[in-house]
Amino acid sequence: MNIYDMTLHQLRKMLSEGDITVQEIYSSFAGRIEEVESKVGAFVNLASDIAELQAHKAADRWSEGRNVTPITGLPVAIKDNISLAGVPNTCSSKMLKNYIPPYNATVVEKLAEDGALFIGKTNLDEFAMGSSTETSALKITRNPWNLDYVPGGSSGGSAAAVAAGESPAALGSDTGGSIRQPASFCGVVGMKPTYGRVSRYGLVAFAGSLDQIGPITRDVHDCAIMMNALSGHDICDSTSADVPIPDHTTGLKQDIRGLRIGLPGELFHEGIDASIREAVYAAVDLLTGMGAECVELSMPHLEYSVPVYYILATAEAGSNMARYDGVQYGYRASGAEDILDMYIRTRSEGLGTEVKRRIMLGTYMLSSGYYDAFYLKAQKVRTLIKNDFDRAFTRVDLLLSPVTPTTAFKAGKRADDPLQMYLSDICTIPANLAGLPAMSIPCGFDNGLPVGMQIIGKPFDEITMLRAAYAYEQSTDWHKRRAVITG
Amino acid sequence: MTMKLSRKEVEHVAFLSRLALNEREAEEFTRQFNQMFEQFEKLNELDTSQVEPTAHVLQMQNILRQDSVRASLPVDEVLANAPDREDGYFSVPRIME
Repeated sequence: MNIYDMTLHQLRKMLSEGDITVQEIYSSFAGRIEEVESKVGAFVNLASDIAELQAHKAADRWSEGRNVTPITGLPVAIKDNISLAGVPNTCSSKMLKNYIPPYNATVVEKLAEDGALFIGKTNLDEFAMGSSTETSALKITRNPWNLDYVPGGSSGGSAAAVAAGESPAALGSDTGGSIRQPASFCGVVGMKPTYGRVSRYGLVAFAGSLDQIGPITRDVHDCAIMMNALSGHDICDSTSADVPIPDHTTGLKQDIRGLRIGLPGELFHEGIDASIREAVYAAVDLLTGMGAECVELSMPHLEYSVPVYYILATAEAGSNMARYDGVQYGYRASGAEDILDMYIRTRSEGLGTEVKRRIMLGTYMLSSGYYDAFYLKAQKVRTLIKNDFDRAFTRVDLLLSPVTPTTAFKAGKRADDPLQMYLSDICTIPANLAGLPAMSIPCGFDNGLPVGMQIIGKPFDEITMLRAAYAYEQSTDWHKRRAVITG
Repeated sequence: MTMKLSRKEVEHVAFLSRLALNEREAEEFTRQFNQMFEQFEKLNELDTSQVEPTAHVLQMQNILRQDSVRASLPVDEVLANAPDREDGYFSVPRIME
């Protein structure tokens, strides 16, 4: 097995047994990037200088046996909307192409303290607004399983990097499915933690009441390792929760006898490809065989999730994007007559079509005459959606569903139809609206493209999700397959 | 409630958003926003007269701390990304005549 095909916990074991060095690990991933990056296009910028320095320090920690954590000496790629000091944080936008953050995000700081190697910043849909990474203004990312297909989005670069063997783990951000959908499209594991579990300080805001940073990894054990590294209250983010943090790796191996799992009918509707429903139902059979009790249930308000999300997320995005005005950082248009002209030219030249579309929709939602009809109405329906989850969780411990209505689609196929693209977020959006933890794990293949299933948990109960995911994963081998990159 | 959004209204909202649309964007957005508003109106099927709005899923409360001086970024580092600066300030085109 190639070093670059291994998981974090496999690499960690070899390091601790002295079978491999940090330098060998770094060289293997750097070599893999050299080999496949021109085809996959996962990275906006590499951070070789930083990673090499970190590799030396991590090697010292290992040789001295001092302060060694589960990720010391192991590479982690970072989505290019999370601040790594000294390296551009472009958000894949012309607006921030040359913006170099002077500070680290809290999650970056935590990973650095643990001794991770930051090999590079990964591509995304511009400002995380999109579901295919095609709205990136800077480059194209391809699906490692088939280069004609999109990797999903918005964390498409992170998912593609992990699937292609360019990094064993990556950070993503998830506002309406931006970790889980690309993880599903690329056949890897992705988790959106409970809202508040992970600090958002240093994440460029898209929709603050929905955004959450989370890990993308090759298996469930690695997801738990990364959750341990990322979780925790942060004084720099007043929305991060001051609650106890469990060790996410304990309990992985407990059996799932008696675990109650609900299947919301609204997320298995006929708009979901039959092959995906079949793959998820096969997983249900497997879990039932292991002693879980799976029951169908109805959550009638989930079908309203897409309009609620696109009203609330665009309203928040419209407000957040006001900061890009050419004054403090980022792009500024030249030749402006006065300051108003400068604002308008800067924003019109610096932002792409999808971002403009969402800013304008959001401006509508908050303008008088529309506020009550749309924004307030959507906030009320958000309550009804949350109530549906509260009710479901009195009966079951977890919910299970497809992640996406289809597997990865061909590049360019949906780029001109934003409404169709929005509707494809139906299965992932509800967890963001209710602030719940949710993850995607591989559960099959269809025509050579990965299929994922979603597990949704109770607030701050990532551990139970991980236990069910681990039990399923151990009885299948989807997660052991690696993409063969051709073309 | 049916709303038929005109291109003129779309251009007005573009101005409120400090954006100038080209011909193609203005035409496309007008069509798409009308389509999306139709989707949004699906929410009117639900009676929400007795429902409280949710702005945030967490119980939010004020978080206070001592008003003590802490280190902040040096001015030079803060201004390093500025498109234009002068004497330690952000510089912008003339605001007043």
